[in-house]
Amino acid sequence: MSSVMARPLVEVTDLEKTFDVSAPWLNRVVERKPRQFVHAVDGVSFSIERGKTLALVGESGCGKSTVARLLVGLYAPTRGTVRFDGVDTSKTFKSGAAQALRRRMQMIFQDPYASLNPRWKVADIVGEPLREHGLAGTGPTDSAGDLTAKVVVLLQSVGLSAADVEKFPHQFSGGQRQRISIARALATQPDFLVCDEPTSALDVSVQAQVLNIMKDLQRKQGLTYLFISHNLAVVRHVSDQVGVMYLGRLVEVADKAELFARPRHPYTRMLLDAIPDIHMSGRARTPVQGEVPNPLMPPSGCSFHPRCPHANDRCKVERPAQLRFGGALIACHAVEEGRI
Amino acid sequence: MGFVESEMMSTEAVAAPGAWARFFDGDVWHSFRNSPMAMIAATVALACVFCALFAGVIAPHNPFDLATLELSDSMLPPAWMQGGQSKYVLGTDEQGRDVLSALMFGARISLLIGGASVVASVLLGVSLGLLAGYAGGRIDAFIMRVCDVMLSFPSILIALLIAGVGRALFPQAHDSLAFGVLILAIALPGWVQYARTVRGSTMVERNKEYVQAARVVGVSPLRIMRKHVLPNVLGPVLVLATTHVATAIQTEATLSFLGVGVSPTSPSLGTFINEGNKQLFSGAWWLVIFPGSMLLLIALSMNLFGDWLRDALNPRLR
Amino acid sequence: MTPLLEVSHLRVEFPTRRATLVALDDVSFNIAPGEILGVVGESGAGKSLTGAAIIGLLDPPGRVVAGEIRFDGRRIDNLPYDEMRKVRGRQIGAIFQDPLTSLNPLYTVGRQLIETIQAHLPVNAAQARQRAIKLLQETGIPAAEARIGQYPHQFSGGMRQRVVIALALAAEPRLIVADEPTTALDVSIQAQIISLLKRLCKEHGAAVMLVTHDMGVIAETCDRVAVMYAGRIVEIGPVHDVIHSPAHPYTVGLMGSIPAMDEDRERLLQIDGAMPRLNAIPSGCAFNPRCPRVFARCRSERPDLLPAGATRAACWLHDAQAKVAA
Repeated sequence: MSSVMARPLVEVTDLEKTFDVSAPWLNRVVERKPRQFVHAVDGVSFSIERGKTLALVGESGCGKSTVARLLVGLYAPTRGTVRFDGVDTSKTFKSGAAQALRRRMQMIFQDPYASLNPRWKVADIVGEPLREHGLAGTGPTDSAGDLTAKVVVLLQSVGLSAADVEKFPHQFSGGQRQRISIARALATQPDFLVCDEPTSALDVSVQAQVLNIMKDLQRKQGLTYLFISHNLAVVRHVSDQVGVMYLGRLVEVADKAELFARPRHPYTRMLLDAIPDIHMSGRARTPVQGEVPNPLMPPSGCSFHPRCPHANDRCKVERPAQLRFGGALIACHAVEEGRI
Repeated sequence: MGFVESEMMSTEAVAAPGAWARFFDGDVWHSFRNSPMAMIAATVALACVFCALFAGVIAPHNPFDLATLELSDSMLPPAWMQGGQSKYVLGTDEQGRDVLSALMFGARISLLIGGASVVASVLLGVSLGLLAGYAGGRIDAFIMRVCDVMLSFPSILIALLIAGVGRALFPQAHDSLAFGVLILAIALPGWVQYARTVRGSTMVERNKEYVQAARVVGVSPLRIMRKHVLPNVLGPVLVLATTHVATAIQTEATLSFLGVGVSPTSPSLGTFINEGNKQLFSGAWWLVIFPGSMLLLIALSMNLFGDWLRDALNPRLR
Repeated sequence: MTPLLEVSHLRVEFPTRRATLVALDDVSFNIAPGEILGVVGESGAGKSLTGAAIIGLLDPPGRVVAGEIRFDGRRIDNLPYDEMRKVRGRQIGAIFQDPLTSLNPLYTVGRQLIETIQAHLPVNAAQARQRAIKLLQETGIPAAEARIGQYPHQFSGGMRQRVVIALALAAEPRLIVADEPTTALDVSIQAQIISLLKRLCKEHGAAVMLVTHDMGVIAETCDRVAVMYAGRIVEIGPVHDVIHSPAHPYTVGLMGSIPAMDEDRERLLQIDGAMPRLNAIPSGCAFNPRCPRVFARCRSERPDLLPAGATRAACWLHDAQAKVAA
């Protein structure tokens, strides 16, 4: 096996993104307010193998959506690198090769009602990536019919019909709109799809349809997914590897089976315990404490220490590094010291 | 994979209905049909526009053709009063010009200038608003400061300034240049409201996921603004524009009344009001009342229509 | 024992320009005193509307056209506005989904609590304040005495929802209608809030009607559950039975499409199609176009809730007489 085959498709190293949320200049001068920053992503590293799915889970404010947007170039990183197939993406997005890179990675969004332009027909929505990248209907020998034909093929691959090309988004249900988004994302035949909570706004039965389609497409086309979600049950269904984020940091990355069978980081355990149990196995649960702190004033050291039942003095001052334990990466002093 | 839902969601027609069919089936048209005020206002406004457009054809006389004027027919009162003639339904002025015909020709000028200045305002305001809302940062701050400065001057003053300066610079100006300056004078104070509205809507739309999706696809910012954001922010602009036409016509009338508007060779309603005003105390009330009423009618009908349109397009009220 | 809440054959319609939409069609259920009933369903099933109809807060043009709602034996669906206002708050409390909009941002938390308490209970200002502090403490808000003077924006999302719960319990109502109380909250906070709700309601002796789309929350909190589809109740019964041995094909499909935490499945069970829109509800059983076990009778006759094991399901598969005849 050559080294190219073994190289992960996506490699993220020490990724950081800081937002300036200071008050406007005039207010700062008059009211003497300090500048304020939010470290939405605070040093995150992971990699995704070709054809696999990495899920990022966490609660609101943990930075998972920001990571998604950093990967597709909607934000530029403050520090750190993202490598796609060995190429540094932040440099490429600014260069002439940006379009070639964009063709290979696309994104699906959470809100099925806001992710399609309400004034455009479906044919135009799904056809836009094809037009932008010159893939159909734009060359001298192509006809407009070529573009429509390609759009129809894409719609059929997600279970919609040819008659849908002339319709507007408001004529579709939430689940159908999400499928149109998937069709649009697949138009350029990308290698990598970033999915930002694609089923969170959908009903359970519709979610099942969309997840099944996504799994089928992954198998047929060899897609690689980064799947963002706050729903651990969904994550369990779709992922190969799982990364748990808290306040901008990755606290645990492990293979799915490992993470659900033997969660090690206290926050992962807390999350798994907190999920309402549909089967009421009556397992013993650690009571959940506290709430996610204000991202403007994160705790010192390990940001989870105020809520952690195993915190000691070291946790309050020293930020834990990501260390390898078996197949998993854990950032926790207690795990490192063997206390849990 | 029996997906029943597509069949359930599709309309009865095999092909999707065209744009006109959808409009007449929609809530806006239905609300129009149900609102007597809107229908009357729209009818009156359209009638005025029609008269103005076809003034050359339907006016009983041509008040600008000096050959047809008869000084002996000057200062005649309206036809139903003593001394009036049925040939001149609303009377004549001191040069023998038929008031009714003058109204139609005057309305044409007024509507032309009013309409053109609104179009100019919209073009300028929407472009700047889109730019400010989408680009953000310094560009946004700069454009908004310009707006603030413009708003601190009364619009009439700005119009007077530009018209006055224009006159001073080009005293023998061709009519069309005078028109151009006048349109500019009325358009310039007016673009700010469009810029602000569009900026606000653009900032909302910019964060929506369909815009982000377009960015991920790699669509250029200019194309996103034009093709994605613009269609979604035009609604409030339409409403503003209808009421703005009324205001623009009134502004033109005011400027003409003050003597800095259109030249006397192509008089607008404002000019007529101005001249008629001078005759008021000699008893020739019809020279000022009729042009004034025409102006009022146009402005009122446009305003009422704009009011209805705003409510009809407001999704919360539906 | 008289049920605390009796809903019989409730029908809610929305007259629109094109047609009259039937949003709730012949809905009947009871809630016993102190019981927690879950109402679960997907978007458009009518579960929130049921809650709104009970509290008397149906958005016009929606209106109740048939059926009765009885609270403690007394009809409440036809009360004039002022009478209903007295019932609301004192007898029936409400918790809505978004804690941000449930609290008035311009008044302190304390003032809103005291106002509610004094509106319904014969206490003076000092007593009301004491009650308010005690309520905040019960809902787990630390330093309640200090925080009672703070504004809603000074609380986090989970804390705000606790205040909303305190507000709902303030006048000691006997029934609380909670519409998606945890949907807008993070997972770890959800767990805290639902256990708080369960505990407090048992302590204060209040029954709860918990409306949600999240089956897990139902499993943890409720005694009985009603499954709604297209404005009708399709199954109702004890929570354990509905989840583990569902009798209606829709409930079976619903349970199957929820990804499980304890097992790996290659594909999730999916119900083809989507819930019908209100202007296109099929005749007979509303689920018949999507049902894997449909037969002729389902398309023409609408089934009532028939006994099916430990639950009741609106499905002709459970028609005992037909089985006997067949």
